[in-house]
Amino acid sequence: MDAKRYELNVQLAQMLKGGVIMDVTNVEQAKIAEEAGAVAVMALERVPSDIRKDGGVARMSDPEMITEIKKAVTIPVMAKARIGHFVEAQLLEALRIDYIDESEVLTPADEECHIDKTKFSIPFVCGARNLGEALRRISEGAAMIRTKGEAGTGNVVEAVRHMRAMNREIRQLAQMPVEEITGFAKTNALPYELALKVKELGRLPVVNFAAGGLATPADAALMMQLGCDGVFVGSGIFKSADPAKRARAIVKATAYFNDPQKILEASMGLGEAMPGLEIGQIPAEQILSKRGW
Amino acid sequence: MSVHLVTSSYNAIGVLDLQGGVCEHVDHLQRLDLPYQRVKQSEDFDHLAGLIIPGGESTCLGRLLHIFGLKDVILRHHHRGMKIWGTCAGAILLADKIVGEAPCLSLIDMEIERNSFGSQLDSFKTEGIMEAVSDQPIPLTFIRAPKIHSVGNHVNVLLRMDDYIAAAENAGVLVTVFHPELTGCLELHRYFALKCGLVGAGTTSSAVNPNWNHSSWMKLARIAS
Repeated sequence: MDAKRYELNVQLAQMLKGGVIMDVTNVEQAKIAEEAGAVAVMALERVPSDIRKDGGVARMSDPEMITEIKKAVTIPVMAKARIGHFVEAQLLEALRIDYIDESEVLTPADEECHIDKTKFSIPFVCGARNLGEALRRISEGAAMIRTKGEAGTGNVVEAVRHMRAMNREIRQLAQMPVEEITGFAKTNALPYELALKVKELGRLPVVNFAAGGLATPADAALMMQLGCDGVFVGSGIFKSADPAKRARAIVKATAYFNDPQKILEASMGLGEAMPGLEIGQIPAEQILSKRGW
Repeated sequence: MSVHLVTSSYNAIGVLDLQGGVCEHVDHLQRLDLPYQRVKQSEDFDHLAGLIIPGGESTCLGRLLHIFGLKDVILRHHHRGMKIWGTCAGAILLADKIVGEAPCLSLIDMEIERNSFGSQLDSFKTEGIMEAVSDQPIPLTFIRAPKIHSVGNHVNVLLRMDDYIAAAENAGVLVTVFHPELTGCLELHRYFALKCGLVGAGTTSSAVNPNWNHSSWMKLARIAS
């Protein structure tokens, strides 16, 4: 990826700011998402809560299904590749979708290496739990970051934890004398040049969305008020009682995240949210956010 | 909301602050020392000489305009003289004909097609000369851009590319399918300000501001103060 291509890829993410990216598993859902005002859709065979329930190995989705969704909407289409599975990423690039999510929601293909994203022209978004993880992914070529959260739980607590961790480390760096950054970068496994960049910018050097466990308009506004640039909603929409209504409500609450009156109006009469999972009740080996490093 | 220098009734440029490239436009307006306001409530439009509808996703912006009644507010203020500039998604919302779908604001006689180049892999940067704006080539960034296929009699073409129109205007509306706010070029913002009866600071000696870089918008979206 040359520098110009990387800039364009970062800039596409900039155009998504303030928006909601929704998981969809078929053409009908993709149309509901677009109609509700999603800024992009994530095409996948099973939403994370079903992946969690079904167990087994979760892989890249059927390319035919992704193609059908691509044909059905004009908004950007994203799809997931397994962590480290650079051939799945090659296939998604050949499919000419708009963004690849190298995602911990799928079963990792490589426990040591993430994909070398600099070898691709297509942009990548990657999950992160803290500043170090975010900057390592950016140094590998990611053009956008999202919190990992804990996907498929309907529980926002991990997304909040990850966002607060990033913010805390960004604030620490911003106030740190330059001579302390080498040590800080070593301790937290931060790429040094990117650490300097974060200090200068006072934020991540790419767009950062919230993801993992968001289920309500208030969850989306919470993440926006914590400083995210936009949100992903996975199982939270199509596992709820009235997906179209909830999708529209989350779009409204994300745009007006600082306006409690509008979030309140959006939250009225949505019916049941998706069933939630207590993180402590999930067996350790089923915690998705620990995949990747 | 930041407003400054409001001395007569209509002298700020608003940036529609719902979704998309809001900070990027604000950065350019600040560089030209133009009074600006981020707008998202109906009363925010009261002092605007002009409104910028930024790039983003046009279906999302269109839906939000509709739900929150801002469509009628924009039309009302346009009717009393507020100029409007739409970049990319904004241009789609302003067109009176959109291929395959119903128009939103219908304020300029042209036919536009959403996402007309293909996927993100077809996004590109190039340069072009817009004589009305600058005598030097200006950088042009196209991201999943629409194409303007044709314009009506009262619409002036400002930039024609291969088989499509990239910029056009009528008396009250300016449209660009590319993103000046994603480049160091301030000239389109200066041009729009003049259309609104405002004058941007500085000179036009260079079409690209040397102090701008790709992270400039981030000063408006910092986590650490």
